[in-house]
Amino acid sequence: MNNCYRIVSFSIVIALMLAMLPLPDWAQAFRPDWVAMVLIYWVMALPQQVGVTFAWVSGLLLDVTLGSILGQHAIGLVLVSFLVLLQYKRIRVFSLFQQSIVVFILLIFKQIIVLWVSGIVGQEAETWSYFLPSLIGAMIWPWVFTLLRNIRRQNTRTSQM
Amino acid sequence: MQPLFMRGPSVTLRVIILVGLSVALMIADHRWNHLESMREAIESYLIYPLRYVVNLPVAFVHWSSDSFLSHQELFDENQSLKDQQLRAQVSLQKLSILEKENERLRRMLSAQPKVGERVLIAELLSIDMDPYKQQVVLNKGEQHEVYLGQPVIDAWGVMGQVVHMGGFSSTAMLITDPSHAIPVQVNRNGLRSTVFGNGQPDRLELRYIPHNADIEIGDLIITSGLGGRFPPNYPVGRIIEIERPAGETFANVIAQPVAHIDRSREVLLVWHNPPQNEQNEKAETGEKTVEAIVGE
Repeated sequence: MNNCYRIVSFSIVIALMLAMLPLPDWAQAFRPDWVAMVLIYWVMALPQQVGVTFAWVSGLLLDVTLGSILGQHAIGLVLVSFLVLLQYKRIRVFSLFQQSIVVFILLIFKQIIVLWVSGIVGQEAETWSYFLPSLIGAMIWPWVFTLLRNIRRQNTRTSQM
Repeated sequence: MQPLFMRGPSVTLRVIILVGLSVALMIADHRWNHLESMREAIESYLIYPLRYVVNLPVAFVHWSSDSFLSHQELFDENQSLKDQQLRAQVSLQKLSILEKENERLRRMLSAQPKVGERVLIAELLSIDMDPYKQQVVLNKGEQHEVYLGQPVIDAWGVMGQVVHMGGFSSTAMLITDPSHAIPVQVNRNGLRSTVFGNGQPDRLELRYIPHNADIEIGDLIITSGLGGRFPPNYPVGRIIEIERPAGETFANVIAQPVAHIDRSREVLLVWHNPPQNEQNEKAETGEKTVEAIVGE
């Protein structure tokens, strides 16, 4: 149980570091939302342990990391993980391709919430490339999924998760 | 074993509570800036270690390129630095005389003499923030007496100001951020305006400049110090575009920042003590007198 939280937190920390990793200017628009993707995986795999509260805390950390308004990404991640919690049984049995589509919709949903908040505050981005991260995220989802599943299975073998 | 039923409040209730909490946080953060201390705590104890680790490879590359320089390269660099130093020294001589003269004139006008500002060199951490905001992370924080709203400049001009703080790092908003504004004046004739960022790293907007204002392409824009936040007389930008659309009240004036906004690695944090109200008034009248004299 404890071990499970350790793995989940560790992967979120890695995702946060990927979110602040310096990229060349042209590549910044392509950076997928690592935290959201990792969170979607864990909520889907361990809905009893990882839920909306965990998503909210990760969102706050992401807000501080990105320098956005406190709560902006938190609200997005809470709602995304809520959607996953409602449908996790269905998403689990999807093929990887179908899962990618679901992840794409979830990531777009989160970006729209974030964009909506930015719009209210008056800092909206005006280009369609704003939604590129969701597309990239959906495209690399199969690899993220496989990687995280392997990590989870290895840990299940050594201890009860 | 997975429990059959979830304990605690239901998921829906928790979501409603958390969404409400997020909205409350956003309002408190945006409207009243109440959460600076909370952000500071998270930044110092949780996020800064991550930033430090992410920055390590870049810092290592810089360190190694510094420490494995050949003798010849070091020699050349030293030589050119000495040359620069000499040239700077010469112009500094003139500057110190001018400074003395300025101080004397100001005293004659019973205006507040300007004092030198305290500065601290900070380095940018190689950290990416929200790509749709113009922000940078500096490696100096509250431990180094950095304060909120502190001006950040580089060797060429004004870069921005500190907006968030951690114990060992701080976040600065650049002057090119859409939500940043800075009071300025044209160096040539003292025409006052306000410079707004518009999200592009090489463009600034001067607003509220009437059509008939005396402003030309190539004019240097400097801080006017009117807001009390930035010290006066630091260069901000150079006018590159003026458009006077018929039927609109104000001209569209675009400037290019003189600071190397997206290239500088080292920046300066300036401690600027805005003068007290009384002195401020005196300084104002003093400046007016100067203007009057110049006008005649």
